[in-house]
Order: sequence, then structure tokens, then C-alpha cells
Amino acid sequence: MKNVKVLGSGCKRCLETGEMIRAEAARLGVEIALEKVTDYAAIAAFGIAATPGVVVDGKVVHAGGLPRPAAIEGWLRA
Amino acid sequence: MARALVALTPLDQGSNAAGALRFFLYDAPKVLMLLTLVVFGMSVIRTFFSPERTRALLSGRSEGVGNVLAAVLGVFTPFCSCSAVSLFIGFVGAGVPLGVTFSFLIAAPMINEVALGLLIGLVGWRVAALYAGFGLALAIGAGFVIGKLKLEHWLEPWVRELRVAPADIPPEELTLVDRLQAGRDGVREILGRVWIWMLLGIAAGAFIHGYVPAESMAAIMNRDVWWSTPAAVLAGVPMYSNAAGIIPIVEALIGKGAPPGTVLAFMMSVIALSLPEAIILRKVLSLRLLIVFFGIVTFGILAIGYLFNALF
Repeated sequence: MKNVKVLGSGCKRCLETGEMIRAEAARLGVEIALEKVTDYAAIAAFGIAATPGVVVDGKVVHAGGLPRPAAIEGWLRA
Repeated sequence: MARALVALTPLDQGSNAAGALRFFLYDAPKVLMLLTLVVFGMSVIRTFFSPERTRALLSGRSEGVGNVLAAVLGVFTPFCSCSAVSLFIGFVGAGVPLGVTFSFLIAAPMINEVALGLLIGLVGWRVAALYAGFGLALAIGAGFVIGKLKLEHWLEPWVRELRVAPADIPPEELTLVDRLQAGRDGVREILGRVWIWMLLGIAAGAFIHGYVPAESMAAIMNRDVWWSTPAAVLAGVPMYSNAAGIIPIVEALIGKGAPPGTVLAFMMSVIALSLPEAIILRKVLSLRLLIVFFGIVTFGILAIGYLFNALF
């Protein structure tokens, strides 16, 4: 079970990022617990500037813009 | 081509309607092609930049050099407008000076690649270069002034006290194909969003071109009337459309003999002074700081308008 957090104020790209991760996890058969972090102070505390950001098991792996599917696969397989 | 198409219609070829239709048919394909080219190029260039890297470059910079660097990076760093608040907090919290952060945040929407590309194609590279130059100068100047005013204590308290350590994100290795793909995605996304505005803008431009007599335009936007530039700026604030829609109107206005400074001020006001952005930024800026920020930008736009009118 991987813990995945999507950081972002809830804009379209943040929602889309969450959906992409969910779809990729289902495809790979990886179980994830997806969580949205929308509070600005909490987002800043992760040390990212641009949203959407992605945190996998406590580690920031992405910040700014939609992630690429290949990258998502990399995070979920690691 | 546009002339031939209009000739096929039963319209009187000398009429206003024919003139407007010609303008529309000539401009729409031209604008679309230019827009595709510029957006593609810019999207590819932007794959070489990221907000995280920009922040690392700017943190701890002194004012002056920092403002210039921030304004230039603001043009090329990709970020979605919904990130503006987290960018602001992330920058200030990581030690980027407040004025430098503002230079970045002003330059980003001010020098819009869509506007730039369309200006080059429709109005001429000289006006486009002046637009970019004045836009950068405004971002640098406004950020510098805000920095000198030392307004840090006007930030919302929780933002002022926030200290963040930038996350260490492993950089993505992008191939040339990835970058070109980003270009294609950029075209698809931006054109998908702006095409309707663009067509509306060209239609409005065509209407001005065909129906509005040059005398009335010259009367409204007269360089001898001191209030014409502020009026143009004021009119631009609620018009939060986007660059794609506004440039064809700009072209038609200039064609009708409207003074270029007034038109430029109008365009910058539409693009850079947006109410939705103000509402979002209120979460991290006190009302006073927000007013100072918008006041300085408005003042800069006015100055550019008057200067432009005096020069040309």
C-alpha cells in the first residue's frame, strides 16, 4: 500500500493529476491511499513552489504541471 | 484569397459589411497559424524551466539584479495561474525577497507569449518589441519599488512567519521527443481554450474595421485628451479576457488611428490587471499590500501609455 498525496488548491490540473495517478495505479495493480492536500500552509510545508505537487510515501516526487504517465509508473513501482 | 471569398458573396464590395468580412476572413487563418507557431515554440522552451529551479536561482538574491532576473524568468517559467498563491508563499518562505517575488509575478502574466506572437504577426515586430521591453521594465520597476518600500510586515501573519526548506525533487530527464510533445500539448491546450475568444476578438476587430468611422475612434481615443489613457486602463480591468481576443481589437484600433500608447495601455490592463487574481492573492496579502501592488502596476501601465503616445 502506497500513500500518495496530491498537493494543490483544488484546481483542474490538481484533480486531473489525482485521476491520472488513480488510473495508473489501477492499471499496474498497485494499491494506493490517495489523499488531497489543499491547505496552502500545508502545501508550502512540503517545500514545493508550484502545484500540483505529488508526495509518495512521504517523499516529494513532483511539483508543477501534470506529471507524465511514465513518471507516475516509476513512482508507483519503486 | 479573403478578397476572392468576399467577392463570391452578394455583398456590395465597397460596403462596410464586405470590409468587415474581408478583415475577418483574412485575419482568422493568419492568427491561428501564428498562434500555433508561437505557442508551440514557447511550450518547448518552457520545458527547460521550472518554478522550483527558478526559486533556487532567485533565493537570497539582492534587489536590483534579483528583480531583473526574476522578471526574465517570469516570462519563461511555466506555471498554471492557480499556482500563483502557492508560488508566492513558496518563494517568500524560501527567502526570495518580496520585491523580487513581485517582479516574477508581474512579468509572468504581463509578457504573454500569445500576445507577443500575435503582435508580431498582426501589428509589427516593432510594437511587439516595445510591448515586451516596457512589460519587463514595469515588472522590474514595480518589484524594485515594492522591495524598497519594505512592506514585508503587510503580508498575512502566517505567511510572514513561514519558513520552508525547498524540497529536493529528482530532476526529470526529458528527451527531445518529450519536449516536442510538450509543445504539441501546449498548442492543444491553449488553442482549445482561447480559440473562441480569438474568433470573438477578430469579429470585434472586424466590426471596428468595417463600421466604426476613424473620426469617432480618434475622438474617443485622442492623444490630446489627457484622460483617454486612464479611461482605457479602467475599461480594461473588468475585461479579463485573454491576449488572443484582445490583439485583433488592438490591430483594428491602431488601424483606425487610435494612439498606440492608449491602445497599449488598454491591452496591458486587460492582460495584467485581473480581478480574479486579486481575489486569489488576498489570501496571502493584506488588503493594503494588494492595493499597493495593483496601484504600482496601474501607475506603470499609465506611464507606459503616456510615454508611448509622446514617442509616436
